[in-house]
Amino acid sequence: MNLDKIVVKNLNFYYGDFQALKDINLTISEKEITAIIGPSGCGKSTLLRCFNRMNDLLGNTKLTGEVLFEGRNIYENKFDLLDLRKRVGMVFQRPNPFPLSIYENIAFGIKVHRAAERKDIPGIVQKSLEAVHLWDEVKDRLKKSALKLSLEQKQRLCIARAIAVKPEVLLMDEPCSALDAIATLKIEELMQELKKNYTMVIVTHNMQQAARISDKTGFMLLGELVEFGFTRDIFTRPKDKRTEDYLTGRFG
Amino acid sequence: MNQKIKQKIAFFILFLSICLVVIPIVLLVIFIGIKGLPAINWEFLTGLPKQGMRAGGIFPAIVGTVYLVIGAVLFSLPIGILSAIYLSEYAKENILTRLIRLAIINLSGVPSIVYGLFGLAFFVIFFNFGTSVLSGSLTLGIMILPIIITATQESLKSVPYAFREVSLSLGATKWQTIKNIVLPNALPGILTGTILGIARAAGETAPILFTVAAFYLPHLPKSIFDQVMALPYHLYVISTQIPGVPDRMRYGTALVLLVMVLSINLIAIILRYQLRKKKRW
Repeated sequence: MNLDKIVVKNLNFYYGDFQALKDINLTISEKEITAIIGPSGCGKSTLLRCFNRMNDLLGNTKLTGEVLFEGRNIYENKFDLLDLRKRVGMVFQRPNPFPLSIYENIAFGIKVHRAAERKDIPGIVQKSLEAVHLWDEVKDRLKKSALKLSLEQKQRLCIARAIAVKPEVLLMDEPCSALDAIATLKIEELMQELKKNYTMVIVTHNMQQAARISDKTGFMLLGELVEFGFTRDIFTRPKDKRTEDYLTGRFG
Repeated sequence: MNQKIKQKIAFFILFLSICLVVIPIVLLVIFIGIKGLPAINWEFLTGLPKQGMRAGGIFPAIVGTVYLVIGAVLFSLPIGILSAIYLSEYAKENILTRLIRLAIINLSGVPSIVYGLFGLAFFVIFFNFGTSVLSGSLTLGIMILPIIITATQESLKSVPYAFREVSLSLGATKWQTIKNIVLPNALPGILTGTILGIARAAGETAPILFTVAAFYLPHLPKSIFDQVMALPYHLYVISTQIPGVPDRMRYGTALVLLVMVLSINLIAIILRYQLRKKKRW
């Protein structure tokens, strides 16, 4: 049994008057892939963004309940937000490298945190790129713009950029939705490898993807976490009628 | 009527209106060029005015204009950029910031003679800077401040939100994000705005009328508390105040001013093009 990395207790989240998350309770275990599935607008991305407090950037929101990261509530005042985001990295839906060189993209987070001596940065950049199997493809053009890469390479780069600051958790917000089927498969393989070192939470509207890669799955609908458990259980014998309807394609 | 004919008529009207825009500009440049070119020679560009400005050169006016523009930019660029950053990145949306935005938009609509009077009252008299390069630069600086603020805000806004989001998600502070990601990407727009501001400052007469411009001053300023001649005002003086100035001198002066302003604009265009090429997302 793996350790509890993130524990969510009675979490409610509001955009103005609209309640986007309703009394969410779940536990993200260490070094597992947790998938959150559900139709568009069910609140799965909102939930993901509660884990690194990205929702803080929006005005007019309200949150009640707790999100415990290694036992400490990240929403309490004295929790260091920058440290949280260093330890909980994020990969976004659209591959979004900075308009900088490949090297500078990876080095950005390290420099921001002064996490390494200047002379050590090239080594970390190389390791990060190797971890996502991009190193061999780009080692001769590290100084070239990252915007020249293919979509799949860009998304790999974004993952490398996130892991360069040595996070413990990786949040992935539909990381493959802009990619074609083959690129998706490659990113999924990569996630399986990264599982050895990182706790991962992936939001996806692609049920098959969740079934292929995740250890645990949560199904969300209209802001509620309808069902949460081992992926094989959710997909073979869902307890809730709504989960079954969604998985069998009756809606969504 | 046939849809294709309608389309042709619509396109023709569109084409006609763009001609009406371009023709006056082209004619103006050609007209000033032909009339002014004979006056242009080394002595005219680098010499001092002679015979009550009826002969000689316009060097002091060129230098004066350059000084004023540099002074105005030194003052308004840092303040403009910093306040634009504050307004678009830090300020909370409330009545106060909305009022500030409104004030900035309205400032750009204030007639330049009003800036001139304000400069006279505020810098020349109240701060006791006298009619000087300092007073003139500050007045021009205030006048181009809204241009710089607006251009900076627009270019800050044009930097994709995703870049800020990624930077913050990596644990960067807001300031690190602005400094390392947002500002470098907004630079082309900021530069363009600044240079357009410079062009405006170089060409205006009214704001410098009471604050700095000398009617006739056949030597160069020694400090920022000296008066200077300036091209737009000099043009006004030799065109209306002094009888018997040869035509070619007036048009020559106009040509120099025009070329200065147009080349500043050209620099802006080239610069923006170069920077755009490098940063494309």
